[in-house]
Amino acid sequence: MTKYLIKRILLAVLSVFVICLITFFAMNAVPGGPFNSEKALSEATKAALEKRYNLDKPVIQQFFLYLGNILHGDFGVSLKTGRDISGTILECFKVSATIGGLAALFAVIIGVVLGAIAALFRNRWPDRLIVFLTTLFTAMPSFVFATFLLMIFCIQLKLLPVWDASSKSLVLPVVALAAYPTAYITRLTKSSMLDALSQDYIRTARSKGVPTIKVIFKHALRNALIPVITYIGPMLAYILTGSLVVENIFTIGGLGQQFVKSITNRDYPMIMATTIFLAVIMVVMNLLSDIMYKVVDPRIKLD
Amino acid sequence: MDSNMDSMNMPKKSPFSMQIDLQRFEKATDEEKKQQDVMSESTTFFKDGMRKLMKNPLAVASIIVLVLIILTIIFAPLIVPYGYSDIIKVGGKRDKSAKNLAPFTYSAKEIDYMEETGEKLFPHIMGTDSMCRDYFIRVVYGTRISLSVGLFASILVLIIGVLYGSISGYAGGRVDLVMMRIVDIIYSLPDMLIIILLSVVLNETLANTQNPIIKSLGTNMVSIFIVFGLLYWVGMARLVRGEILKMKNNEFVLAAKAVGASSGRIIRSHIIPNCLSVIIITTALQIPSAIFTESFLSFVGMGVKAPMPSLGSLANAAREGLQSYPLQLVFPAVTIVLIVLAFNLLGDGLRDAFDPKLRR
Repeated sequence: MTKYLIKRILLAVLSVFVICLITFFAMNAVPGGPFNSEKALSEATKAALEKRYNLDKPVIQQFFLYLGNILHGDFGVSLKTGRDISGTILECFKVSATIGGLAALFAVIIGVVLGAIAALFRNRWPDRLIVFLTTLFTAMPSFVFATFLLMIFCIQLKLLPVWDASSKSLVLPVVALAAYPTAYITRLTKSSMLDALSQDYIRTARSKGVPTIKVIFKHALRNALIPVITYIGPMLAYILTGSLVVENIFTIGGLGQQFVKSITNRDYPMIMATTIFLAVIMVVMNLLSDIMYKVVDPRIKLD
Repeated sequence: MDSNMDSMNMPKKSPFSMQIDLQRFEKATDEEKKQQDVMSESTTFFKDGMRKLMKNPLAVASIIVLVLIILTIIFAPLIVPYGYSDIIKVGGKRDKSAKNLAPFTYSAKEIDYMEETGEKLFPHIMGTDSMCRDYFIRVVYGTRISLSVGLFASILVLIIGVLYGSISGYAGGRVDLVMMRIVDIIYSLPDMLIIILLSVVLNETLANTQNPIIKSLGTNMVSIFIVFGLLYWVGMARLVRGEILKMKNNEFVLAAKAVGASSGRIIRSHIIPNCLSVIIITTALQIPSAIFTESFLSFVGMGVKAPMPSLGSLANAAREGLQSYPLQLVFPAVTIVLIVLAFNLLGDGLRDAFDPKLRR
């Protein structure tokens, strides 16, 4: 276990490093420097500015300076607004985390329930309906679904507000973000539940006279949930990238919208910071879900 | 043993011999021999899979949908007399009144023109957009772009992934270890973020290029391909490596070796056909994910260059007039869903038909 943990954590650290490397050098490859404005600067001013921002040093050294700053939580300032980036990111992340967390919760709960129902009613109408819906939702890009939701509930029916940070306006973005993970978890739970239901220990429990409800919840579902844990990491990654689109559609001031805005503004320090921040979250989530998977199921061999 | 030998001249068994007493056996009659004949035509792996695939109604339906879509995007531009980037012209003059028309309607100028000349104009099957362009032809071109991106990106993934995976699988040992660690790292990178990042950078760096190929494709397209080539092959590589490792230690490979098959023959007729199904299925399932990614990028505003449409950019453009012209969103959105759904179902069908082991 310790060996696996060390290996897995080392891999995660390496991935974060590679992400920082890619982002930094990608942004450095963009032609034009931050001081190439219309107004020509005098050589002396330019040199002074470059010295102030360490731009006169070799690129490698700049990279490690940047890395050091990141470790202190200092991402520099935005080119567009001139504000401190880490403050902006944290502010935006609060909004994104609320929506993303709710979406993840929604996806897991609804997905597991639907998956279990589909498995228990195999080849009958509830199963068929659920299979139809999951197939449809896995084929629908999140932006299409989000825009349709907006069109129907906000514009046509006027049932829900677009976005005013109230709890009511949270509903649509959360549903839009959760649609794909819900469908995926439903499929996952169904297949693992079917697998669990055919196991010997279920037959033993039934023949012992354990009530059906208890068999389903205590014996089958508990074991069927293990594969769902492995999906939590990828799901959060999906929700985070999905938020890029969904937040833009519902005009929510979260990290996703900030990222897209910084791309359109060509605000390179901001793009760099948001990429690294989101990437670190994803890597950490993947790490946690992998470790949890091993902890929860003692049958899994550690290599 | 000589087949003409009959029971009379079978050798007598010595009472102490451990040999089977042949006299206790009866010769098979011709009728009984016939039972051993193979009645049905011998089938190949591919034929058998196709037969199973054709029995799957969902897979057949998705093939039909895909064929219809492909025929439409090939032939519609030859039939429809409008261009994807041209304002509709009536009698050689630009018709600025043909803005946001509903499907199958004509603008006032067009109606006047038709009454004047008695000539029937080609209907706007999906209406027109806010810049007076025929929407049907734009959706057709958008589908062309989205499908070809999906197809080429998947082929790219196929080539790189299979090469990398098989080298790693065959070589084994330290080479395999290093190659797979690289894959692990790339696999753990958040792909969408890196794609967006690289697209931003490549767009800037390729913006002033003189290369005619890049210019005609548009820098965004080129960056999408580069990014797919860099990042998306890892899943395929892992899969192919795993398959090859599994096949190498399989009993049938051992059996083939035991009967004296050369390693060339083992690879050609035992390992490759067994991996092929996985490769085909993954490629079929890769296409919708590539289409997803492309439409996502177009939606964020980093896809194909205007006026060239893609399904994602059409959907994005339609958001502005969403309240008044929701159909402009519905058409590209439904097309994306149809294509992705068809590829997903076809991929599932292929998996069921060609690789029953993978069946969930």
